Amino acid sequence: MKYGILGAVTIAAMAFGASGALAQSTIKIGFISTFSGPQAAIGQDMRRSAELAVEHLGGMAGGKKIELIFEDDQFKPDVGKQKSEKLVQQDKVNFVTGYIWSNVLLASLKAVTDEADTILISANAGPSQIAGELCHKNFFSTSWNNDQTPMAMGQYLQDRGVKSLYLMAGNYAAGKDMLAGVRRTFKGQVAGEDLTKWPDQLDFSAELAKIRAAKPEGVFVFYPGAHGVQFVRQFVQAGLKDQIKLYQVFSIDAITLPQQGELALGSLGAQQWVNDLPNDANKRYVADFRKKHNDYPSYYGAQAYDSIMLIASAAEALKGDLANKDRVRAELKKANFKSVRGGFSFNTNNFPIQNFYIQEAVKDADGKMTVKTIATAISKAKDPHFEKCPMK
Amino acid sequence: MDYLAIQILNGVQLGLLMFLLAAGLTLTFGIMDLVNLAHGSLYMMGAYFAWTLIGWTDSFVLGALLTLPAALALGAVVEAVVIRRLYARDHLDQVLATFGLILFFNELVRVIWGPAGKSIALPAFLSGTVEILPGLPYPAYRFAIIVVGGVVALLLAWMVQRTRTGMLIRAGASNRRMIGALGVDINLLFTLVFGLGAVFAALAGLMAAPILSVKIGMGDDILILAFVIIVIGGIGSIKGAFIAAMVVGQIDIFGRAFLPDLLKTFLSNAAASTAAPAISQVLIYLVMAGVLVWRPTGLFGPRT
Repeated sequence: MKYGILGAVTIAAMAFGASGALAQSTIKIGFISTFSGPQAAIGQDMRRSAELAVEHLGGMAGGKKIELIFEDDQFKPDVGKQKSEKLVQQDKVNFVTGYIWSNVLLASLKAVTDEADTILISANAGPSQIAGELCHKNFFSTSWNNDQTPMAMGQYLQDRGVKSLYLMAGNYAAGKDMLAGVRRTFKGQVAGEDLTKWPDQLDFSAELAKIRAAKPEGVFVFYPGAHGVQFVRQFVQAGLKDQIKLYQVFSIDAITLPQQGELALGSLGAQQWVNDLPNDANKRYVADFRKKHNDYPSYYGAQAYDSIMLIASAAEALKGDLANKDRVRAELKKANFKSVRGGFSFNTNNFPIQNFYIQEAVKDADGKMTVKTIATAISKAKDPHFEKCPMK
Repeated sequence: MDYLAIQILNGVQLGLLMFLLAAGLTLTFGIMDLVNLAHGSLYMMGAYFAWTLIGWTDSFVLGALLTLPAALALGAVVEAVVIRRLYARDHLDQVLATFGLILFFNELVRVIWGPAGKSIALPAFLSGTVEILPGLPYPAYRFAIIVVGGVVALLLAWMVQRTRTGMLIRAGASNRRMIGALGVDINLLFTLVFGLGAVFAALAGLMAAPILSVKIGMGDDILILAFVIIVIGGIGSIKGAFIAAMVVGQIDIFGRAFLPDLLKTFLSNAAASTAAPAISQVLIYLVMAGVLVWRPTGLFGPRT
């Protein structure tokens, strides 16, 4: 009986959906992110930035109205997949973007790029598989491949002559990529390594005791969002901050700093975008965002902003006619838009070629915690997997 | 040696936190014959109450202390409104109804406190380290959890073993019908036990909050572990819950602290660092399975 109803609904949705697609006068962009639970702050930042991008575009691209449809993945791969299917099947969106989490993206990928032949632009997650063998003509990234940011951090530490590092990350797709990434460039001693249960482990007591005993020169961690807040807090509570330098990727940022406060002061991280990058697009984005929300945007937001701008550039070039997907893909590939990170072009696997910077957690003139650029770690970086991608 | 001591303390701290949660669960299951899936919700409500009350009073200690009567009141209301209707029903009905309570509380929290989760900052005197032995620093807050958890465990042991109420609770655990027949007000006893369980759950929630952050569904993850503990310890036995919680705490820390190095002695580095997190996650369940084979009713469960 249950299936009977389900079937009827599906048929009805297909019938109405098909007629809807013919008379489409708007550019529909589905946006998957986390809008509930402890990681909701990230989703909020992305949503605000995507909306700001639409505002900056005057609500239009290529003569058509832009419509954003937000869906909450609840930080769960299965829910993310379900919501992605809803966006492509029911809402018939032209693009799907967003995606904070690598495991959510990997679960949702096929439903969007293959089954629905719809273009997916990841505004954050960049699992190594998609940069390499799973690369797809319908997949684009306005962020990075997971390995790259830690590679930049590792390169910097290698150049600085850091002798030993202790590595920690959550035990899931991105965590493994991150630790593999730092190992690619950091050639000193790895004093220890822990992959902790993800996402439910928020207590790091056992691992912190191991770090204390291993006496490394530095600790490298990948704990995005709420996990980063807890890690930094417990790291300081354990009295380790004075003895061991904390290096991180995605763990101290505009999302986590309001809660980490001065505990994070002086910690270094790597990123492809920082709020103080001196290009015009970025100055406008950061200034307007701060004016509107009285908060610094994060790279999550910057990437979401870029993903909307990228879509708009393709729609503009095609005068709003998105029916021919080959032409849409070709226009996207040109990356003919002003990225807030400055230089931006697509590699063969549709991941960006871009710079990575080292940033430090500091207080701004008003005493608010933020990050500022202190060095360029790698210029025009390509990810380490693109040669495995069959697309040329 | 220092390293070992720290890790054992970490295990004790984790174990005590789990014990507080499991104590209420084992009492309601053992004495009231009630499967209460919503026990984790009481843990969550404890954390949210603490967040609010600490904000109002601007004092961590005062806010934490006020959370306990608030939790008792909540427990009594939940018992009177919902739980009381479930005693005569079978376990499946109880599971369904208390699962409904989980959904209700998660949604309630979303409406009142919003979806984003909260964090409780520690006062200065708890955010540093204490030297438990010369040259051996330990986080002050974790040490405070051990002290509070230990004291509460002792109080509970004293109450169950030495007081008349405790005698009735023990009697209720071994033969519920008989104490009813002896003229004890079962309803009152049940409300008391349920309220007590709520207070312990809330205490665990509020103590875990500064370490684990306050979020919707925080009790759902940990509830499974609490059930593992009461099954290992034997349903209805406070002593069993305590010992099982200590064992589970130590196993969890062992899996995280020592297993990777142990595996590296006979596996390659890469294989060991992949296998260790996977094995340490199932270790607790393996222990539970082992105990159940050896003693089907748990370590201190009722013998049939």
